[in-house]
Amino acid sequence: MEYEVIVGLETHAELATVTKLFCGCSTKFGSEPNTQVCPVCLGMPGVLPVMNKKAFEYALKAAIALNCKIDEFTNFDRKSYYYPDLPKNYQISQNYYNLGVDGYMDICVHDRINRVRIHNVHLEEEAGKLIHPEEAGADYSLVDFNRAGVPLLEIVSYPDMRNVDEVESYMQTLRKILLYTEVSDCKMQEGSLRFEASISLRKKGAEKLGNRVEIKNLNSMKSVLKAIEYETKRQADSLDQGETVDRETRLWDEVNEKSARMRSKEEAQDYRYFPEPDLLPVVVDGKWLDEVKVTIPELPLARKQRFIEVFKLSDYDTSLLVEEKILADFFEDCIKIVDRPKVFCNWITNDLLREVNERKLDIHHLPIRPYQLAALVEIIEKGAISSTIAREVFSEMVQTGEAPQAIIEEKKLAQISDEGLIEAVIVKVISGNPAVIEDYKKGKKNALTFLVGQVMKETKGKANPKMVNELLQRKIDA
Amino acid sequence: MRLFEYTALQIKEKIISGEIRPVDLTKQFIEQIKNIDPHVQAYLSIHEDEALKKAAQIQKKIENAENVGFLAGVPIAIKDNICTKGLHTTCASKILRNFIPPYDACVVKRLKEEDAIILGKTNLDEFAMGSSTENSGYKITRNPWNPEYVPGGSSGGSAAAVAADLSIMALGSDTGGSVRQPAALCGVVGVKPTYGRVSRFGLIAFGSSLDQIGTFTRDVKDAALLLQVIAGHDFHDSTSMPVPVPDYLREIDAGVRGLRIGIPKEYFSAGLNEDVHNALKNVLRKYEQLGANVIDISLPHTEYAVAVYYIVANAEASSNLARYDGVRYGYRASKSNGIVDMYCRTRSEGFGNEVKRRIMLGNYALSSGYYDAYYLKASRVRNLIKGDFDGAFQKVDCIICPTSPVPGFKIGERAKNPLEMYLSDIYTIPANLAGIPGISLPCGFSKEGLPIGMQILGKHFEEKKLLQIAYAFERETDFHRKKPVLKFSLTQK
Amino acid sequence: MKIGKKDIEYIAHLSRIELSETEKETFVCQLSDILSYIEKLNRLNTEAVKPMSCTVNATNVLRDDILESSLSLEEAQFNAPATKGVFFKVPKVIE
Repeated sequence: MEYEVIVGLETHAELATVTKLFCGCSTKFGSEPNTQVCPVCLGMPGVLPVMNKKAFEYALKAAIALNCKIDEFTNFDRKSYYYPDLPKNYQISQNYYNLGVDGYMDICVHDRINRVRIHNVHLEEEAGKLIHPEEAGADYSLVDFNRAGVPLLEIVSYPDMRNVDEVESYMQTLRKILLYTEVSDCKMQEGSLRFEASISLRKKGAEKLGNRVEIKNLNSMKSVLKAIEYETKRQADSLDQGETVDRETRLWDEVNEKSARMRSKEEAQDYRYFPEPDLLPVVVDGKWLDEVKVTIPELPLARKQRFIEVFKLSDYDTSLLVEEKILADFFEDCIKIVDRPKVFCNWITNDLLREVNERKLDIHHLPIRPYQLAALVEIIEKGAISSTIAREVFSEMVQTGEAPQAIIEEKKLAQISDEGLIEAVIVKVISGNPAVIEDYKKGKKNALTFLVGQVMKETKGKANPKMVNELLQRKIDA
Repeated sequence: MRLFEYTALQIKEKIISGEIRPVDLTKQFIEQIKNIDPHVQAYLSIHEDEALKKAAQIQKKIENAENVGFLAGVPIAIKDNICTKGLHTTCASKILRNFIPPYDACVVKRLKEEDAIILGKTNLDEFAMGSSTENSGYKITRNPWNPEYVPGGSSGGSAAAVAADLSIMALGSDTGGSVRQPAALCGVVGVKPTYGRVSRFGLIAFGSSLDQIGTFTRDVKDAALLLQVIAGHDFHDSTSMPVPVPDYLREIDAGVRGLRIGIPKEYFSAGLNEDVHNALKNVLRKYEQLGANVIDISLPHTEYAVAVYYIVANAEASSNLARYDGVRYGYRASKSNGIVDMYCRTRSEGFGNEVKRRIMLGNYALSSGYYDAYYLKASRVRNLIKGDFDGAFQKVDCIICPTSPVPGFKIGERAKNPLEMYLSDIYTIPANLAGIPGISLPCGFSKEGLPIGMQILGKHFEEKKLLQIAYAFERETDFHRKKPVLKFSLTQK
Repeated sequence: MKIGKKDIEYIAHLSRIELSETEKETFVCQLSDILSYIEKLNRLNTEAVKPMSCTVNATNVLRDDILESSLSLEEAQFNAPATKGVFFKVPKVIE
């Protein structure tokens, strides 16, 4: 039987605030366990939450970027369930009035634009971290509450995706939007970006959706895709054998690449949502909305299309440029100084990315500045250095952030265009290679290329190649 | 006059003038508590060392002619559901037997800043759930006027402490009448401020949208003094409002001439004890003599208040009390088989029956399929109840009614029937649902010699007016000066 | 509204409270009584009434994203029934 896969994603992104959602504790990652906690985020008796304005604005920003409808009135609710990493045994979240609803995100799959609808975007608090000791027979678990209370954005998509390519593009595009809007650092390895997938199958052409299976514990985008493939096959096999697929939550086992029923979720969840009485509603008026809107930059997909249209760059090159906002910004800053889009695009997508990869540099903390690359391009165009030398200078610039002129001077890399200096080297090369001269005179024209190479070598590549050629020819022919 | 019988204002004056030394006063109160409290059982813990240390500091300040706080040297007792840094805060629950908060409640911080002397923590119904203080996980507090009777609740310990001269003032909390009703039953003055007037930060939550910290004092002026210290905006409580705090003592003697007093007929219907009714009739006569106009009004949805309250308060409580799970603090069952079993055993062993009943009722009202019929329905009716008051306050300046339908009841009398107990709060609950302020003050005695309280309700943030109205009555009467004669023999074991 | 033993068991589990058979019976009676009393709310037509869950008339209470001091590890663990090293310790949790 042929089936259609229907996938929806729930995304959790930790917001990049300095402090937690409801208290002034730090959100820094990787500190000693239970040292970024206070009575509020430990859920001690008598404490009360106070909303972090920055977190709310970040959530608002993301909701706008995802084209959501922002109701003027938004409120928070308590979601009750018992779990040892949840200090109050309820999570402050949103249920009755989400911050953003009915949005969408355009994704690009095989050069075609698909629209995935967003059901809602809401703000909630993160739980702590539960650690299961690996020692055999351990009858305990351990809890670290440092993450408890970190602001968390939840983005719920409609089940609008039909294959893994769409899912991958959705995840990548969403990640880029969150990075572009600077609301989250999206570090999957630190858990600040997480996905949960819900997968159901239906017979090709049928209308009714099959039972939905939710998959948790997906630690990377790769796991998401693998889990979907696995789950599709598992469900298809069940259906082929005439069995039904249970509506359930399953855990992805990264090591064995399998999913398994989640035991703690076997009973139906009854979250008992009700309005959080310790917080007051938040009203987002037009003025505030506008203030947040202006902080949203052009988003990756739109930017890419503009780059293609305005600068006539290739689809491939622009994809590389917009992959990281900082690269696209760098590019645009450069062309404001020197209008050579193609040249800068090459420098960034080839040379800069190669340097970053080879030297394992952090793209967000490179010392090189756009005006410096622009200066380098101007120096090249004036013919002051060769392209080989230019690469050497550039490599130095990426590592040290020094101006190209300074590097050229310091390392004496400027092109030698002094006839006398070049002639002196030529004389030396000619006298050192009598056999080659003979060959040339016998008519072996490529002997000249060898001699030019020798001169360049002697001058460490700094001699003006055009002049070397002319002078050498003149000298031998004379 | 014995030292214990002075009001806070009188004591403060004597301390500042050097007539009474704070250390001597504190010692005498501690002594008094040690002698008398075994019969009253008002306190759960006494902070002898801390109190004496604080008293010595204040004494030094006075000797050095330094500035002292607004409550310099005045002894105060605090209900044990208000957090005190470094000192046990139990909520009268076994589940918090060993809990020592790492922080002070906002009100405690303010009391310390104003140089009050915290004598100790007082008994309550476990997690403030009750109207008699019989639901305490530790002890039963006696009514100082008659040890066979309850002191009311849930702030029964604080009310009894002030009534029995075991403190000059006390703090309590009022979710459905837990300050006003015990104040009435113990013959002292109790104020429940407007919701949002006093910070709830550090008050262990019961019904978050209803809870408000309130005061117990011997007279109205002391209530003004104490409210002055604890009222005002607090950054840590989002529901605390930045409304300016007026000087409550200034113009407290403004009188009631021309004042329109509303009398809601629903509060004077069947079920009202005859002695209480008569006392209230005298109250109204007195106010008319003082130049006020008494106007009949109706608060038509009053009969629904108790039902709404038990849904809303318990729904909130069921979630507020979910945190007592034996993970981060408090009691944990010694044996368990896995995490879920640990939760269940801890909570079953740690909570008393009334608390369990309310948590279950609250969870039921919020559970899947019942939310609309219970919680949402109650929230709608709550709006109608608030609407009743909004309407009434267009016609009158305040509302006067009994605080409690009866002057008191005996220990054990209502313990078996939870619903009957819930109906004890029928006159106090509506104010919490509407968020308005209320004050209870002594206005008479029953045939059995138990004090009777009257209640004055006002508009949001009009505590100052309530205090003026209360003072107008108080200065014309001497009910508040009557002292219980403690019958030790009955309570001695 | 009458509730039965099954309901009580369900709510008790939601509440993480364990009840003996006798307690279940008592609670069935007591909660049924209270719920019957609460039934009176159904006499009111509230379709046009907005639910009110908070009596203060204010919105947008927000704080700035400014770091405040946290508790020390010792203070954080002071009241804990069980700890192991820097962690809080709980009975084994099965996911």
